[in-house]
Amino acid sequence: MKLINNLGSSVIFFVSAFLKIFRPKQIREIVQQVFFIGAKSSNIVMLIGLFTGMVLGLQLFYTLKKFGSEGFLGSVIALTLIRELGPVLTAIMITARAGSAMTAEIGILRISEQIDALYTMRIDPIRYLISPRIAAAIISFPLLTAFFDLIGILGGYLTGVVLLGVNKGAYFYRIDAYVDMTDIRGGFIKSLVFAVLVSTICCYEGYFTHLRTGSYGAKSVGISTTSAVVLSCIMILISDYVITSFLM
Amino acid sequence: MKTPLIEFRNVTKSFGEYTVLNEANLQIYENEISTIIGKSGTGKSVLLKHIIGLLAPEEGNIFFKGESVNEMSRKEWDKCRMQISYMFQNNALFDSMTVFENIAFPLSQTTSLNINEIEKKVLSRIDQMDLSDVVNKYPSELSGGMQKRVALARALITDPAIVLFDEPTTGQDPVRKNVILSMIARYKKQFGFTAVLISHDIPDIFYISDRILILWEGKLDFQGSFEELTKIDHPMMREFKDSIAELSDELTGNISREMFRLRYAV
Repeated sequence: MKLINNLGSSVIFFVSAFLKIFRPKQIREIVQQVFFIGAKSSNIVMLIGLFTGMVLGLQLFYTLKKFGSEGFLGSVIALTLIRELGPVLTAIMITARAGSAMTAEIGILRISEQIDALYTMRIDPIRYLISPRIAAAIISFPLLTAFFDLIGILGGYLTGVVLLGVNKGAYFYRIDAYVDMTDIRGGFIKSLVFAVLVSTICCYEGYFTHLRTGSYGAKSVGISTTSAVVLSCIMILISDYVITSFLM
Repeated sequence: MKTPLIEFRNVTKSFGEYTVLNEANLQIYENEISTIIGKSGTGKSVLLKHIIGLLAPEEGNIFFKGESVNEMSRKEWDKCRMQISYMFQNNALFDSMTVFENIAFPLSQTTSLNINEIEKKVLSRIDQMDLSDVVNKYPSELSGGMQKRVALARALITDPAIVLFDEPTTGQDPVRKNVILSMIARYKKQFGFTAVLISHDIPDIFYISDRILILWEGKLDFQGSFEELTKIDHPMMREFKDSIAELSDELTGNISREMFRLRYAV
């Protein structure tokens, strides 16, 4: 029963916040959040992308070599990253870096009555705090996923071509030949769904941190943050499976 | 008979098993300074939060200019709220904003004033509150008293018609306490605003109050003028007088209860 209640209220929470994205005086807040969620996460996302691509290059090279198909390395790395690992790992990294910060920040605003203060000033807290974060996540997730994919393919190139001697032309030719727009679109659909899930879960947990039973104050913010990160990661993986089933 | 600006009829509010407001009835009149007094933890802040809508009663009704808040549309209620400003007991300053940004925030978010107009208004209020040295500091860098004045400046920056002050003078030195109290009284005289205060500054608060309300055991046990209060023997006032008189006698032996009564006219 509690699960259904929470699910229902988080859907209402998201719809209400999403509709308020288009209200006046939002641009500045959204830009600030894009900077925080997007720009400030780009380094870590690219670093993870590089090493993911590199390790894929190593692993897949030895696997493909067993079948005498190492020439397909580029296309396999690109498809793995674009269709699966890019959106999922980017979402998990943003959850860890920006999602946890969202929950903690909103949770502290709640327990220190700053959200109540917004209400008394007739500033809609959902409009001012939540909508810009959801908008920024919807903008940032696909962009960071694209960065992740590109850097990952470059990482695969470094190990596959530079270290292990796969033909450079074959690496890029096979990517061009086997990756089509359906794959790229699928990856972006996933990243958009993850953006909605992560931003809604993280904001919701922070916003209602005061309703958490059994813990109060700073402890409650800590538990909300942990819960937001864990729940976001679980939801990313579950929804990834569901979306993949539909896209296949 | 005058219609109250804000009226509570049989308002009940509980937190778990603890009933804070028990069929409380309250009347706040326009252009008056009404002060709610009562012991700590008796629900004074809860009462104030009901006025602005941060809390909703479990039973009973709240009326704004004779109209039930429960029956108002969201738009009508927003229109009422436009006139009200609230100063929190713990200040609730935005800790990631500077003093200037905190005070300017309601103006930048809810009015169409341009940057220059906002700056002029904010700086004048900062000057008035003796905060000029801390304009660019963050709340965590200020003393408790200074934070209180920033919160007060923020509450008054939009020139509201009704201001709810939750312990505005707590943590202030005697001089600044008097400045704040006289400012509230002067504002009322100049702009005719309605103030609802929660205060423990007895007897100083009586000098500026038009009406005094005593919250006692979940009910508004007394509502009336200071003169009317002096004529009744309320347990809250009795306890207060006893506590001061006993303390003075123990410390110095100079002030008797009678002398205290004469000095503070309570």
